[in-house]
Amino acid sequence: MPHVHGTEPPLTACHECDLLQTLPVLRARESARCVRCDAVLLRNPTDSLERTSALVAAAAVLFLLANLNPLVGIEMQGMRVEVTLSGAVQALWNDGMQAVAGLVFATVILFPVLELAMLGVLLILVRLHRRARGFGMLFRLVRSLRPWGMVEVLLLGMLVSLVKLAHLASVILGVAFWATAALIVVLAASARTFNPALLWQDVGEVGPA
Amino acid sequence: MRAGVTALSVGLLCCRVCGQLSRQPDGGGHVRCPRCNAPLHARRPASMSTTWALTLAAMLLYLPANLLPIMVTSSFLGSQQDTILSGVVFLWRSGSWPLALVVFFASVMVPLLKILALLHLLLSVQRRSTHRLVQRARLYRLIEFVGRWSMLDIYVIVILVALVRFQGLATVEAGPAALSFAGVVILTMLAALSFDPRLMWDPVSPPPASARENTRD
Repeated sequence: MPHVHGTEPPLTACHECDLLQTLPVLRARESARCVRCDAVLLRNPTDSLERTSALVAAAAVLFLLANLNPLVGIEMQGMRVEVTLSGAVQALWNDGMQAVAGLVFATVILFPVLELAMLGVLLILVRLHRRARGFGMLFRLVRSLRPWGMVEVLLLGMLVSLVKLAHLASVILGVAFWATAALIVVLAASARTFNPALLWQDVGEVGPA
Repeated sequence: MRAGVTALSVGLLCCRVCGQLSRQPDGGGHVRCPRCNAPLHARRPASMSTTWALTLAAMLLYLPANLLPIMVTSSFLGSQQDTILSGVVFLWRSGSWPLALVVFFASVMVPLLKILALLHLLLSVQRRSTHRLVQRARLYRLIEFVGRWSMLDIYVIVILVALVRFQGLATVEAGPAALSFAGVVILTMLAALSFDPRLMWDPVSPPPASARENTRD
């Protein structure tokens, strides 16, 4: 039976191929990959807590800007139409496409908000060295929401739709468009700087029960 | 080199959330991670049957998604119905061929290739194949990563529906394919999430007979 605790290097199993292996001690910005299937096992971003907190705060501000301002607009024969994200969802809802409207609302508004809020709460708890009840469940929720937030796909979708309209009308990029573009960069950066190992460092390795 | 000791073969469970190893209890039943309290499974329960069901459902929806109109444009010149492909053709003809390629890949090729890749992964696990495991592991990571980009067309429609509403001049409405198309994207994403990649590697390091009972669907 392998040793799981003590002074030996920590043992883990790859989450993608289940191979048992020891984790190397990582220097800053190094990452460890599975020796068999090449899946990333562990990363070691520098100043994870500080950088992730700053990026999450920035993302929250950008998210507000992206949702309160007009995204894009068009001008044709003196008429001007501008649209906000929630306005666009509402238009789709009123056209009888409630299911699609609900999906869009969830993927570009609801899930990103929940993910940011829960990540913020987790970071605050880690900073205070507090492990409130539901700490683990909160992180599991953040993890399972991550694939369903699709702000970056929305931005590409806006570009495509504007190209489709460019020959009919002049196109106006709103404040929210640029806020969304910045939000994508900040969200991607925060995913890179966040180190889940922070969440368990106070608990340390637990021997197998 | 490929064969090796897996957690399952020595009776350990690895937490997918925090990486903590714990010993598998003798009686079976529900186990939770002692460190983060996540539910532990040697292999994702009913992974194969769930992934099969979701993949087949996505294949069915792929047809209406591509054959029915996804967008209806009405203007004083009359009304025009666009499928996903005719939308791509339109972009190509209007000179923006880089975007036409992006939309073609995101909306037509990615869902199709993703369904084919899922079928390939499912069948090779069922045949207990040990061929090209590293490549299949890469394929699995790829479909997990690209799936979301197929939502592109849905967002294009949302923006167009909201923007093009000039009374008497032109309006855009979402067509019946929008719902099926969104369905294809969601179902293939769920299928990729429910597939347990560890099943691919089990033929090279088989779990002991006693543990195998618990991992079958």
